[in-house]
This record gives sequence, structure tokens and C-alpha cells, in this order.
Amino acid sequence: MLDFLQHLDRRWIFLLMFIAVAVPLIMGTTFPEVPSDQVMAVFEAVDNLPDGSNVVMALDYDPASQGELQPMASAFTRHCAIKKHNIYFMTLWPQGISMIQNSIGILQDEYPETYKGKYGTKYVNLGFRAGNEGVIKLVVEDLKKSYSTDIHGTNLDNIPLTKNLKNIQQVDLLCNVSAGYPGSQEWVLYGSSPFDIPTVVGCTGVQAPIMLPYIPDQLTGMLAAIKGAAEYEQAIINAYPELESNPNAKEGLVRMGPQLVAHLLLISLILLGNVIYIWERKQGLHQ
Amino acid sequence: MKQSTLIWTILMVAGGGFLLFQASKGNGRVYVREIPVEATASQPDSEPQVYQWTKNQQVPQSEKDDPGVSFSLSRTVGLWVAAFCTLAIFSFLYGDNPLYKFTEAIFVGVSAGYAMVVAFWTEIATNLFAKLLPGLARITFYPDIDSTTRPELLYLIPLVLSILLLWRLSPKGSWIARWPLAFFIGATAGIRLISYLETDFIGQLQSTVMPFLVFASDGSLLWDKSLKNTVFIVGVLSCMVYFFFSIEHEGIIKYVSRLGIWVLMVTFGASFAYTVMGRIALLSGRLVFLFNDWLGI
Repeated sequence: MLDFLQHLDRRWIFLLMFIAVAVPLIMGTTFPEVPSDQVMAVFEAVDNLPDGSNVVMALDYDPASQGELQPMASAFTRHCAIKKHNIYFMTLWPQGISMIQNSIGILQDEYPETYKGKYGTKYVNLGFRAGNEGVIKLVVEDLKKSYSTDIHGTNLDNIPLTKNLKNIQQVDLLCNVSAGYPGSQEWVLYGSSPFDIPTVVGCTGVQAPIMLPYIPDQLTGMLAAIKGAAEYEQAIINAYPELESNPNAKEGLVRMGPQLVAHLLLISLILLGNVIYIWERKQGLHQ
Repeated sequence: MKQSTLIWTILMVAGGGFLLFQASKGNGRVYVREIPVEATASQPDSEPQVYQWTKNQQVPQSEKDDPGVSFSLSRTVGLWVAAFCTLAIFSFLYGDNPLYKFTEAIFVGVSAGYAMVVAFWTEIATNLFAKLLPGLARITFYPDIDSTTRPELLYLIPLVLSILLLWRLSPKGSWIARWPLAFFIGATAGIRLISYLETDFIGQLQSTVMPFLVFASDGSLLWDKSLKNTVFIVGVLSCMVYFFFSIEHEGIIKYVSRLGIWVLMVTFGASFAYTVMGRIALLSGRLVFLFNDWLGI
């Protein structure tokens, strides 16, 4: 048996991982989530704002990270919609435009009474701008230097939401969902930290350790990876139970089932790998 | 035939059979409903104009027989192409193959082309062309530009720098491209230096200055916060000592730096665990697409 494991084809491990992720997804296995303090800081940052506050939603990710980040972007959007906030969408990633469309779809389909036909008065899509952190530096000081028009080419001076908005410092909250560079760290470096803009972020697991040192002084809160998204969804459902019946509001929660099984598999494989290694050492295979 | 090849062939055939079975049940088709859209445009000197059009909204397959719902061939083709590309990329797990190479090349090409077109329309057209020639921009692509807008000649500088940058492609005088490049590098370094100093250096120093012992308002010691702060400060100091190479790591320094290594190892472990969680989330995202949107399981 140990001899078989010693020379195990790695494709068997891929197959095991596929089964570990696929089966809980098909079965719809979910586990209860308890929102952590960090997630509750994000929830309260959005929830404690008065209804109809101005929120910038910077969605800096692309379809490659959608599996990890879409649940938190959707949760941010739903939470802001429940609070009837005015939302300014923007992205520093070219493919982020379609991610913004997903969020606008949520606003129009799930909250039509607040947002349907209210483009320009309740939400606006500023679209993409090239320039990475240069764009952030501009929008925090003078929005219209970087964004003279919205995504449709409409002058920002002709849009009610942006007409009197000089820069991002005037908004009540900045929500950023980021898959890398440019993203959360750049928003902290050039936005939230130097100008004290209240900021919450949702980021990939890879970025999370980089962002942790900024909390709480330079960053109000963070949703770290799919776990953070699931906890945030749970926090919103706890506060607004009407979302319980909306399966789309549980994207992150549904994806935590596969996480548990896949992590158990991974831990087992690490332990097994070490057992084989120790056995090999006892056999004198490692000098 | 090798045993592993036989097993993998059986798995592939079973997967293909299941796919055909699901397709025969009507899955993998996209249905849409026409939604009316209305928008009102207003000009300062004219009556508001109302524009009406329709857009297609995707609906679940269970609603395919509802009135106003129709089969969408273009979206169905898109769904199958997306599923094919996903499986082709996954096929790399079995081994490198032409299908994977083909899909990878498509992905790189489409991403680059898309980014270029988007950047042209949002940056060069909007932020350069429309600023330098607002009159021409108004009668061509941006009718919303105010007729009194004057050209901003300051934007000639980025235009000239951009042209100089393209000089790199010229067989002679490619050194000219170094000037704008030097400007960009200098400006970027300056911008980043200030931000890093302010946020990552001074800001982080301020965040690290915290009391070892934390007391509540009634004077009682808060053990959890005190322990957290102590771990934090000891962790930061021991890691810094590890990277302090000006003195030999002997005596007390040796033990402190060894503690720093442990702290770093824990940090790397947490980083790795977060990465694993991220990768599993991406896999589950793709499988949700394959199972729900494509196969309708």
C-alpha cells in the first residue's frame, strides 16, 4: 500500500479534489457561519450609514477571479441596495466592466422600486479608466480630471449624482472588491490612508495577509476570500431575514461546503505525505 | 493498455455520455425574456426626448414555456463555448495537450484585444481626443460635450510623450523613447515613494505603538487584548531582529531572531492557507457554472 502511495499519479489527487468540491456543490451542503468581528466591521460600515448615502463601489477584478469575488461584490451591492444608497460604480480593470454589469443587474432585477430607471439619480457607472494608481490619485482629488464622462459618454456635469461631486473624499464610504494590482492596497495607499476616506474591502485569499496590517487604523474592515464573503452574507441575512428566501444571496455560503471537504482532503493528504516521508526515512531511502 | 490509461479513458467516456444525456433532456440551452427599457434625455434648450428599446434578460429553464420567453441561439452558443473553454483548460490537469494550448492562446489574445479596445475608448478617445479637440469629438462620438468647451492644450504634453514612446518601434532613433520612459519612471517612483512612506512606513509604525497591558475603564486588566498586543509587538520586534544582519546572531539576539523565523513561518503558512482557500473557491466557481448554467444539475 505504502509502495502504491509512494508512486501515486498526481492525477488521482486532482480527481479526489474534483470529487471533494463537486459533491458538496451538487448536494447543496452548507454550514452555519458566524460573522467575525472583522466582517461585522464591514457590515456596520455599510449599515450604519443613513439611508441614501453615497457609496463608491470599485470593482477591480475580472472573470478569472469571479468565483472567489463575485459573492462579496453581490453581497456589497445587495446591502447597499437594501439601504437605498446612491452607488458610483468604477473599475481599474478593463474586464471589470462586465463585473459592474452583474451588480447593476442585481440592482435592477432585485430592487426595481429603488433602482430601475434611476440611472444617474440612484446609481452611475463610471466604467474603466487606464492608469492604475494614477486614476486613484486623481479621483480622490478631482474626479472629473480622470472621469470626464460616464461609461456611456455622458458628461458627468449632466448626471445628477456626479454633477456636484468634486472628488471621492466627498462620498460616505468606499467599497472595493479586488483581485490584485491595482486594487485594495492601492486604494489604501492613495485613497483611504492619506485622505481618511472610510474604506472597506473584499479581496482574494492571496491578498488578505497583505491587507491585514492596515486594519483597523487605515482600513475599516475587510472580507477575506470566500470565507469573508460567506460570513458577510450571513450577517446581512441575520439583519434582513427577507434575503433568506433568495438563493442568489447565498452564493458564498453555498461555496463554503466544498471548502470544508476540500480542506479536510488537503489536510489528510499533507498528513499522509508526511507519514510516507517518515516511512521512507526509516527504510533508509533518504540519506 | 496501461491500467491508469484505461481508468482515465472510462472516466472520460462516462463524462461524455453523461453530457449527451443531459443535453438530450434539454439542458445547456439559454432562454431569454424581452424587457422594455425606457430612457429620457434632456437638452437645456429642447423638450425631453424619450427613447424606448428592449433588452433580453436570461431566465431559468423552468420558465421556458412562459409567455414572452424565447430560445436564444447566440447565448446558447456562448454558453457551450464557455463550457468548452473551461473543460479545455481543465484538461491540462491530465497533461499538456493541443486543446489546452489552443484555448490558452484564445484567452491571451482575446484579453489583450479587449483591454486595448477598452483602453482606447475610455482613455485615448475620452481623455485625450475629447480634451484636445472637443468640437470634433462632439460631432463624432461624444454629442454630450458642451459646445462652449475649449481645447485643453495642456494635453499636448501627454500626446507628445506618447508619440515619443512609439519611436521605440522605429529602426532609427529608438533612443528617443527613453525620454518619456524616464519621465514615467521618475513620476511613478515619486508618487509611490510618498505613499509608501506615509502609509506603509509611518502609518504602520503608528499602528504598532500600542500598550502591552490594556486596562478597562474600571481599572481591571483586559487579558485578551493585552495578550493580543503583546503577541503583536513581540512578533514585529523579533521579525525585525531576524532581518538585522549588521551584528552577529549570537546570545540573546540568536534566540530572538529564531523566534522571528517562527513568526515568519506562521505568516507564510497563513498566506499559503489563504491561497489554497482562494484556489478552491475558483474551482467551485467554475464547477457551479458547469453544473448549474450548463448541465442544469
